[in-house]
Amino acid sequence: MRLYGTFNGTLVIAGLAIIFTLIAPSVFQFFTIITLTQVIGLSILALSLALVWGFGGILCFGQSAFFGIGAYAYSVAAVNIGGSTGSIFIAILAAAIFAAILGYFIFYGKVSDVYLAVITLTVSLILYSLMRRTSGPEYKIGKALLGGFNGTGSPPLNMPGDGSAMLFPMQTFYVSMAILIIAYVFTGWLVTTKFGRVCVSIRENEVRTELLGYDTRLYKLCLFSISSGIAGLGGVLFCVGVTRVTPDVFSLGQSALAIIWVIVGGRMTLIGPILATFVLYFLTSSLGSQQIFNANLVLGIILVVFVLIVPNGVVPTIMNWFERRRAKRYARQKERRMKLRKHRAIG
Amino acid sequence: MARREVVVETRNLSMHFGGVRAVDNVDFELREKELRCLIGPNGAGKSTFFKCLTGQLRPTSGDVVIQDIIMTGRESHEIAGLGVGIKTQVPNLFDGLTAVENLWLSSRRWHGDRRANTLVKETIDRLELGEIRSSIVGSLAHGQRQMVELGMVVAAEPWLVLLDEPAAGMTDEETFKTAELVREINKTSALIVVEHDMNFIRAISDIVTLFHQGSIFMEDKMDVISADPQAREIYLGHKT
Ligand SMILES: Nc1ncnc2c1ncn2[C@@H]1O[C@H](COP(=O)(O)OP(=O)(O)OP(=O)(O)O)[C@@H](O)[C@H]1O
Ligand SMILES: [Mg+2]
Repeated sequence: MRLYGTFNGTLVIAGLAIIFTLIAPSVFQFFTIITLTQVIGLSILALSLALVWGFGGILCFGQSAFFGIGAYAYSVAAVNIGGSTGSIFIAILAAAIFAAILGYFIFYGKVSDVYLAVITLTVSLILYSLMRRTSGPEYKIGKALLGGFNGTGSPPLNMPGDGSAMLFPMQTFYVSMAILIIAYVFTGWLVTTKFGRVCVSIRENEVRTELLGYDTRLYKLCLFSISSGIAGLGGVLFCVGVTRVTPDVFSLGQSALAIIWVIVGGRMTLIGPILATFVLYFLTSSLGSQQIFNANLVLGIILVVFVLIVPNGVVPTIMNWFERRRAKRYARQKERRMKLRKHRAIG
Repeated sequence: MARREVVVETRNLSMHFGGVRAVDNVDFELREKELRCLIGPNGAGKSTFFKCLTGQLRPTSGDVVIQDIIMTGRESHEIAGLGVGIKTQVPNLFDGLTAVENLWLSSRRWHGDRRANTLVKETIDRLELGEIRSSIVGSLAHGQRQMVELGMVVAAEPWLVLLDEPAAGMTDEETFKTAELVREINKTSALIVVEHDMNFIRAISDIVTLFHQGSIFMEDKMDVISADPQAREIYLGHKT
């Protein structure tokens, strides 16, 4: 598998995303724009999984644990502080620190990859049942009631420094897109740095990386925490979009969805999983509004089809196709030049 | 002549797998800038000894001392982190990445970005890897992969180099190139080379250590070892 794209490619895609942001309000209905904020949150979750799994080779089955922690941390902090800006950072930190502690035991305890998948999933499910049990007035953090399976309200975003100046839905959409683009560019940059390249080498061959003198445990731990922080950020936008957070963010379904988006979009790219999130979200929600097909069944079929027919995911497959075409064209040109030269030599 | 400093030393080093004494009480010394070959029949314990040196195995007893630091049971990255370049017997590359990326990852561990890029370029010229520089190493022929692995060692400029069967599966021409390269590396670094290929060993070696059933049987120049009847039997009694 080769590394797709360069940082320039990332910037080009970011540019397209900015254009999308600017024209979206005139193309989509207002309702869709409101929905988009939560989908953007979900796509950041997919992005974080693409980073840790696709680039680092760490299959984290319970990526939604960090997503949910971000959502809860934001909601609780924003209710207590009365502002969103600081709460966003608290949410990112909460997810990253939780991951750092969990990751320390996993990576330094030399737990194998399969167990890592199981452990992260288990942690997510534990949080799911824990949060479901928090109904009742005694489960309170500061001013915020946790609310059991009904969850807790998530305050909207506001102007930095002014907790009472709530953003309008359209503004929230712009801010969410800006956050997505920043997260995407940051991740795209990260994988081109020494740190990112060493993480890829760990995915390829951990023993070899170790024998080159890199402390692979430390690299994996850092990558795991960074990606979890990004997942936490996704959780923030998701709960802001929905206006509340429930224990469902920790559910098996949520974790499975993230994996499906990454597989369908292509786990060796960062943009693929993001796009897959948008497409599949709107596909399943439009299926949900009709009675003929069961949305989950369709999703399952899509997954099976992809695993069997396009195992690399959509974006890498398309890029490969272009790459091959370019290589062929290049070969043809070379051949023509050679022929020409021969002609000249004869003539 | 003043003897050079000892840089690698093992003291009573043993590695047992259940009842198998793969390495048994080995006292070994390598001096600065020395080039030492380890030979011995299949199963003599060379690779096991090698893995104890590189931290891939934790010895049952005894010590590994590198530059006067006891490194017994340390992690591989800590040993490599002393400035040791390692090539294992089994091919060990980043199969999904290009040859250049493989070299860069090795070089960048020790050098800044610019220096690493220069070293990678130099290594590619020196090992004549230009043709395959952008190829995914997983798709290369065995000999080429071996060359890339050697390139990874060279591009890092280690002061100590440990090679387990660097010439295995190479063509005669590649073997010759490797022998030349090993001698060149030896101008600046100490080396331990495990090899079977007698021509290769003759081409590069000074002192050779003969392993037999987990212990050092003999340690001398190659001509002396080949003249020794017992050593001949140990070595030539087996295929290779
Ligand atoms: N992980 C292991 N578990 C059990 N036995 C082992 C293990 N590794 C090696 N051995 C045994 O230890 C002995 C020495 O093996 P080693 O690989 O060190 O030999 P070698 O000298 O490198 O041989 P070759 O020339 O074939 O590479 C052999 O009998 C082998 O079967
Ligand atoms: Mg061996």
